[in-house]
Amino acid sequence: MNPGSQKTSASNTFDETGTLARELSSRPARIAIAGNPNAGKTTLFNALTGMRQKVANYPGVTVERKEGNWKFDPELPAARLIDLPGLYSLDATSLDEQLAREVLTGKVNGDGKPDLIVAVVDATNLERNLYLVTQLIEYGIPVVVALTMVDLAESRDLKIDVDKLSRMLKIPVVRVKAREKKGLAEINTAVGRILNEDSTANPFWIEGSASSSPPNEEDIHLSLSGDEAANKQIFARYRFISDVYQASVGTFDTERSNVSEKIDKVLTHKFFGLVILVAILLLVFQTIFTWAALPMDLLDQGFGALGDLVSDAMPEGILTDLIVDGVIAGIGGVLIFLPQILLLFLFISILEDTGYMARAAFLLDKLMSRVGLHGKAFLPLMSSFACAIPGIMATRTIESKRDRLATILIAPFMSCSARLPVYALMIAAFFAGQTVLGFVSVGAVLMLAMYTLGIAVAIVVAFVLKKTILKSPPPPFVMELPPYRLPNFRTVIQNMLTRAWLFIKRAGTVILAISIILWALMYFPRSEAPVSAADPETAQAEAARSQLENSFAGMLGKTIEPAIAPLGYDWKIGVAIIASFAAREVLVSTLSIIYNVGEDETEESPTLLGAIRGAEYPDGTKVWTPLVALSLMVFFVLAMQCMSTLAVVRRETNSWSWPVFMFVYMTVIAYVAALGTFQAGVALGFS
Amino acid sequence: MDGSKVLTLAGLQAGSKARVVRVRGTGRVSKRLMEMGVVPGVWVRVVKSAPFGDPIEIRLRGYSLAMRRNEAEAIEVSE
Repeated sequence: MNPGSQKTSASNTFDETGTLARELSSRPARIAIAGNPNAGKTTLFNALTGMRQKVANYPGVTVERKEGNWKFDPELPAARLIDLPGLYSLDATSLDEQLAREVLTGKVNGDGKPDLIVAVVDATNLERNLYLVTQLIEYGIPVVVALTMVDLAESRDLKIDVDKLSRMLKIPVVRVKAREKKGLAEINTAVGRILNEDSTANPFWIEGSASSSPPNEEDIHLSLSGDEAANKQIFARYRFISDVYQASVGTFDTERSNVSEKIDKVLTHKFFGLVILVAILLLVFQTIFTWAALPMDLLDQGFGALGDLVSDAMPEGILTDLIVDGVIAGIGGVLIFLPQILLLFLFISILEDTGYMARAAFLLDKLMSRVGLHGKAFLPLMSSFACAIPGIMATRTIESKRDRLATILIAPFMSCSARLPVYALMIAAFFAGQTVLGFVSVGAVLMLAMYTLGIAVAIVVAFVLKKTILKSPPPPFVMELPPYRLPNFRTVIQNMLTRAWLFIKRAGTVILAISIILWALMYFPRSEAPVSAADPETAQAEAARSQLENSFAGMLGKTIEPAIAPLGYDWKIGVAIIASFAAREVLVSTLSIIYNVGEDETEESPTLLGAIRGAEYPDGTKVWTPLVALSLMVFFVLAMQCMSTLAVVRRETNSWSWPVFMFVYMTVIAYVAALGTFQAGVALGFS
Repeated sequence: MDGSKVLTLAGLQAGSKARVVRVRGTGRVSKRLMEMGVVPGVWVRVVKSAPFGDPIEIRLRGYSLAMRRNEAEAIEVSE
C-alpha cells in the first residue's frame, strides 16, 4: 500500500470530504467509549449520558452492552454513546476484547464503524493505559482522549503536560473529572469540532510496529499474524509510549506514596488476609439472611394477597385458576428471593468497585488451582450462593474456555437461596428444637452441613472434570490488582440493578412458562370423582386431593414411585420433586397443594408441618421420617432442579449439550447420594 | 545459552527489583504479559507472594500485577 491510500483505509465514513458532517445532521453519530478496567470509564459514561441509557446484550452472549444518548453539540442530534467492555488491549483473548473489536470494526448489529472513539485514560497509570490508545489510533477512527484522575496523579507529584501529550499522540487530550462534571464541556467541544468540521481521521502508525505501512486487518489483530511480528509490534508501541511519557511527564518515581500497597500489607497478608476474607464472607451472608427476612415476608404476603384479590374479583373458573395458581404463585415464588439477590449483588458490587474482588482472587488462586480452577472463579461461585444464574453470567471474565466451563458446571452446587425454603421446611418439620452438645441447634448444623456438602461435591467434580473432559494446561493467571478506591454510589447501585434485572427477566420468561405447564399438569385431566363428605370444607379438600391424584402430575408421580422408593419417597413426594425441577422452591408450594393445606402456606406453617408429620402409607407407617427429610435435603443440594439455570447455560455455552450434560450428571449424583443416605440410615437402624 | 542459570522473575525475593530481559514463550500468556507492559527493558519489583506461595504480585509502570509463578518463570530478568 502506498501512503496515498491512507485516507480511504482510514475510515469508511470519511470517503468524501464533508460527507460526515452532512450525514450527521440527519443521523445520530456513533461514538464508542473505551478504556482499561478501572480507568473511570463508567463514571464518564454516566456523566456524559445522564439517565438516558439502555442496557442490552451483545447478540448471542449475555455480555452487557450499554448505550446512552450524548448531547455533545446543541446543533447536532444527540450521539449514540456505546460503552465498550473494560479492555487492556484489542487482541482477542477474552470475550470482552473480541466484542470490543467487533464494535470497532462495525460488525455488531450491522451498525457500521463508530464515527469517533473516546478513550478513557487513567493519568496515574499512563503507560499501560496508553497501550490501548495506540491500538485505537491505528483503527483510523478519530480518537479523543479523556484523561481521568489527574488530581490523584498530581497529588503524587506526577505532572502531565497535556498539550505535549496531545501533540505527540496527534489527537485531542482533555482533562476530565467526571464526578464533578469538570471537563465535560471541553470534551463536547473536542468531539464537536472533529465531527462538525471537514476534518479527516488522522491515523498514524508507530514506526516499526507494522513495517511502517498502514495496518491491514492482520496487523491490527495480533492474533492473526505471526508471534514474532506481534511481539515486535508490542515492543514498538511501548517504545513509542516511553517516548511520549518521557516528553510529557518526564522521569518519575512510580513507587512513591502507594496507599494501596499499604492497605494490602494487611488485606493480602499471608495470614490476616485469609482471616479477613473469611470474616467478610461471613458478614456478607449473615447480613443477607437477616436483612432480607422482612422484605421477603412482605413479598410473600403481598403475592398471597394479590392471589386472593384476583380470585375474589374474578369469576370462578379455569382462567382464574390459571392466573392465581399458575402465574401469580409461580412468579411470586421466585420474586420472593429478590431481596436476597439484591443484597448479595450490592455487596458484590461494592467489593468489586473498591478493588477487593481482585485481592480475593489473588488470595485464593492457589487453593482453587489445586482443583484446577482459576482464582477468577471465586466471584462467580460466590454469587451462586444467591443464585446460579448471575454466577454463571459472571464467569465470562475467565479467559480460558475450559476453565470457564468447569466453573459453570459446578456453580449450581453452591446452595442457592431457592434451596433455603426446602431446608427450612425439613428442619422445621423434623429437627426443630433439637440440640447437639446441649446448645448447638441441630438445624444450624444441618444447614451448615448442606452448604458444605455442595461445596465438597463441587470440588470433587471440578477436580474430575479438569482431569478428564476439560483437561487443559494450567490456566494463565495475569491480573491487575487495581488501586483501592472508595466505591462510587451510582456505579454500585447501577451494577446491582442491572444484574437484578437480568434475574427478574429470566423469572418473567422461563419460570412463568414452567409454572403454567406445571399448573396444567396438576389441573388436567379434570377429576369427576364423587365427593362423599357432607361438610363443604372437607369435601373441597377431598376433591382437590382426588384431582391431584388423577392429574397428569399424579400419574407421573406414581410412574416414578418405584425409582424413588429406595430413596424413601412416596408418589406424592415424587410429584413435588417433579414440580421442583422447574425451580427448587416450588417443592414447598407443591407439598402444600398435595397435602391440601392451602397455597399461601409458608415453610413454617404449622398446618403443612402437621400434615407432613402425619402423612401415612396405607399400612399405617409414616411416610416422612427424619431420615426421609435428610435424604430429600441431600437430593436438593445436588440435583439440577432449575430450568432458568439450564436456559442460561445453554445461552452462555451456545450449545444444548452442556446444559444436558449438567442436568444428567448432577441428577445422577443427587440420586446416588440420596440413595446412599437413606439406605445407610436404614442399615444403621434409623428410620 | 552459556550454561549459567538464567534468572527469572519467579526466582526473585519479595522486595527485590530487576529489569526484564526477555519474555519467553510465544503463546497467549506471554503476549498478554507484554501487552500489560512487561516488555524488555522495564523495571519491575516483586511485592509479595500470596498466602500459599502463589501467585505473586509485582509492581511495574506504577501499577500492581498478579501472576502465577508459572508465568513468572517465563520472564527473564537481570538484577
